[in-house]
Amino acid sequence: MINNSRSLSAKTHLDIPLLIALLLLCSIGLLVLYSAADQRMDVVIRQITRIGIGLTGMCVIAQFPMRTIIRWAPWLFGLGLIMLVAVMFVGYTGKGAQRWLDLKFMKFQPSEVMKIAVPMMIAWYLNEKPAPPSFQSVFMVLILIAVPVVLVAKQPDLGTSILIAASGGFVLFLSGLRWRIIFAAILAGLAAAPLLWHVMKDYQKQRVLTLFDPEKDPLGAGYHIIQSKIAVGSGGLFGKGWLNGTQSQLGFLPERTTDFIFAVFCEEFGFLGVLALMALYCFIILRCLYIAKVAQGTFARLVSGSLALTFFTYVFVNMGMVTGQLPVVGVPLPLISYGGTSLVTLLLGFGLIMSAFTHRQLMSR
Amino acid sequence: MSRLILKNIGRESAIFSFRVILSILIMGVLFSFLAYRLAGLQITQHEHFTTRSKENRVKILPLPPPRGLIFSRDGVLLAENIPTFSLEVVPELAGDLDELIVKINSVIGLDDDEIQRFKKEVKRKRKFEKTPLKLKLSEEEIARFSVNQFLFPGVTIATRLVRYYPHGQDFVHMLGYVGRINEKEVKRIDKANYSASSYIGKTGIERSYEPQLHGQVGYQQVEINAQGRIIQVLKREPPLPGHDLYLTIDTKLQSIAAKALGERRGAVVAIDPNTGAVLAMVSYPGYDPNWFVNGISSDRYQTLSQSVDRPLFNRALQGQYPPGSTFKPFIAMAGLFFGVRDEHDQSSCPGWFSLPGGQHRYRCWNKSGHGGVNLQRSIIESCDIYFYELAKDLGIDRIHDYLKGFGFGKVTGVDLAGEAQGLLPSKEWKLKAKETSWYPGETLITGIGQGYMLTTPFQLASATATLSMNGKRVIPRLVGQTEDPATGKSGDLLSETPQKTVEANEEDWELVSQAMRDVVLGQRGTARKIGMGASYEFAGKTGTSQVFGLKQIAEDNMAKDQIPEHLRDHALFIAFAPLKNPVIAVAVVVENGGSGGRAAGPVARQLLDYYMQNQ
Repeated sequence: MINNSRSLSAKTHLDIPLLIALLLLCSIGLLVLYSAADQRMDVVIRQITRIGIGLTGMCVIAQFPMRTIIRWAPWLFGLGLIMLVAVMFVGYTGKGAQRWLDLKFMKFQPSEVMKIAVPMMIAWYLNEKPAPPSFQSVFMVLILIAVPVVLVAKQPDLGTSILIAASGGFVLFLSGLRWRIIFAAILAGLAAAPLLWHVMKDYQKQRVLTLFDPEKDPLGAGYHIIQSKIAVGSGGLFGKGWLNGTQSQLGFLPERTTDFIFAVFCEEFGFLGVLALMALYCFIILRCLYIAKVAQGTFARLVSGSLALTFFTYVFVNMGMVTGQLPVVGVPLPLISYGGTSLVTLLLGFGLIMSAFTHRQLMSR
Repeated sequence: MSRLILKNIGRESAIFSFRVILSILIMGVLFSFLAYRLAGLQITQHEHFTTRSKENRVKILPLPPPRGLIFSRDGVLLAENIPTFSLEVVPELAGDLDELIVKINSVIGLDDDEIQRFKKEVKRKRKFEKTPLKLKLSEEEIARFSVNQFLFPGVTIATRLVRYYPHGQDFVHMLGYVGRINEKEVKRIDKANYSASSYIGKTGIERSYEPQLHGQVGYQQVEINAQGRIIQVLKREPPLPGHDLYLTIDTKLQSIAAKALGERRGAVVAIDPNTGAVLAMVSYPGYDPNWFVNGISSDRYQTLSQSVDRPLFNRALQGQYPPGSTFKPFIAMAGLFFGVRDEHDQSSCPGWFSLPGGQHRYRCWNKSGHGGVNLQRSIIESCDIYFYELAKDLGIDRIHDYLKGFGFGKVTGVDLAGEAQGLLPSKEWKLKAKETSWYPGETLITGIGQGYMLTTPFQLASATATLSMNGKRVIPRLVGQTEDPATGKSGDLLSETPQKTVEANEEDWELVSQAMRDVVLGQRGTARKIGMGASYEFAGKTGTSQVFGLKQIAEDNMAKDQIPEHLRDHALFIAFAPLKNPVIAVAVVVENGGSGGRAAGPVARQLLDYYMQNQ
């Protein structure tokens, strides 16, 4: 059996356990989406199309060995930067932010590309350098992170810029960044927090304040959080049942197909459902980290590890925000939230990870 | 190449593995924390959130009770509730609002005020709350919109019942009107019972019968979605409609009174002396109560409130006038009661009267004098000198104590809010109000219904009714019956029996009534023209009350027709019919009308004619 799947893996260059877990997750996502989207099939079909595109892309990428992929890194990063600059001038504005490029056949969010391009670029840069990285390298890497992060944050898209920063940071961390630098960074971060407060826009401050006391403005800023917590809490241990969540079905829950879809899940499937979903996420993350550990070459290792940790960040930030533990930043629940670019880039990322696993040369171990 | 040598693959891999394991530990801690918080929400606080989710979903919607209708005694509908339609928008579902306004404008037309008000209200409300865009849609507008409704998601036509007064200003001073509940009223009403009501009686019967008219609120337990749209009704407790009111007013008599008064400022009140039923009540000018129901425009309100004719002022109930000579029969009764005069006692009228030792000459309207007059003649010819002397002999306190019984100087207690008290002066009153003592000259002019003396047309009609009933009195009422439309049960409000409030001998009542009969039917009566050709016997008394002191007119040497209109005398007339067992008592005031006999008398006569023929 193990041999079979190994050989299947080798033939298709896909990691079968990861693939099954991803398909399972996407299926759960479609079920929840169907419920959250007032049982509209057209929404579900559009999401299936995106999953299809994402999975195809994933399979295609997995066919390329890492030594080929590594050569794409600087080009992809450069292209991403160009598109981010382009979006500032000719971008399509929606929901108060200028994030989209209109490619005629679809709206495209360049910041999403950066979620893969940044870790690839940094891993490419650190690939041939000794670990832990020198101060000079760290400085260079910070610049590589900062440029796209600032561009995205200006759109403004706080959620994505945090994820991009995180994905870059994770590469640094995994590459063996010295502890004193890490601690220094943490201290500097704490010291800079009040400064950050001044730089934040009013609506961002509002979101942080709302977190501490959502009931203060139950019909305004606190509305999302209150309704979301009601949905989660009223789900209880077993949930209200699929399609039976009153908070979502009667429309009290805002953004219920996108950022707040986890609240729909909690309401309809309860705490036991949540534990199962978290277990599935854990499996995917652990599988990716395992692949990263056994992957060959610094680039493959760093990229896989960073993408796995970024994936976790997605899950944690989204769940934290839906349950009222973290401020509301636009981070989707990966592979479940409705939305195009994020889904496709996530799956492409898994294509990279699969490539790192399936193109290993066994003799070198 | 040398760089490659520097790379220590083993060490790098070890660092990586360690960092991955560290990451897994950190992630484990974070996920555990998340799971712990989720358990807190979903298990520990589950009940709390279940309740809140239910509160979200299940709403108790109050159902407004339909307001009671108001009918006249002869069954004419005076106040009703008509459905009005308004266009309401849920902004969240309607898309771009500017575009929507343009589109709707092309279908039914909107004016700038409506658009401004809508935009303001949208900003104030949540995106999924209904906001009215256009109120009071016409049939055509409803039809035009309905055909195109599919173009406008989130836009619906809503129905509400709105108070409507089909006769406009004809009954405004008795019905009053309803209007939107204001902040002051919110404090005084039962919030639960008014939770679905947006209107409350502001004046008139609408106000004084508010508890009966309003009814009892109902409830509906519904499941709603976030847009507030009702998904299903779970439970329903219907509202209890307000009681219908049947007025004592006879609409025909009312319209005769209104026509007779015409476009002269004034008031007419007719009362059934036996029951207190108010048969007609007119105050002119008036206004259309429908203007007030949904909020009057400030321009229109300015015009109404600043008009010199004071249309908002209810003259019948709130207008306070010196009764003038209409007061004389009542003073005469006091004189007879206290034995100060009998029917033979005479006064000699040279056209003026002075107090002993006084300089001032109190004049009779008849400058050449009446000669010797007894009580009857003094009423018939309205001799002022007789009543100066009578008042002097009675003294102000005896006048006050006796005339109280007729209801002067206090509210009649009619079932309308805002009634004025009038003023029946006494020494005690003057000391309190003016902080000076009473002067004998003031007693004299009180004797002819001038000076401090003030009465409302309502009071005057009620006093005339008391006089006609030989001192028996009923509190006047405008609402004769209430009917609960739910049960069909009716309540009679006119069952009160008359109470004796003025004592006198039967012959004395007879004497004064006869004198009043001769005012209109006798050869020498001041209003003999009013009584001409009457097919029934009735009693009357003219009155002219001064707006502008006679003395001043004399000093200014003004001819009567040169006096500006608003300074001319008020014309008054009281009457009752028939002489024995009267069925109607009337008081008429025509502001600045001049002579009571000429201006006010014919109004009273027309009322009596109609009522005596048709009752």
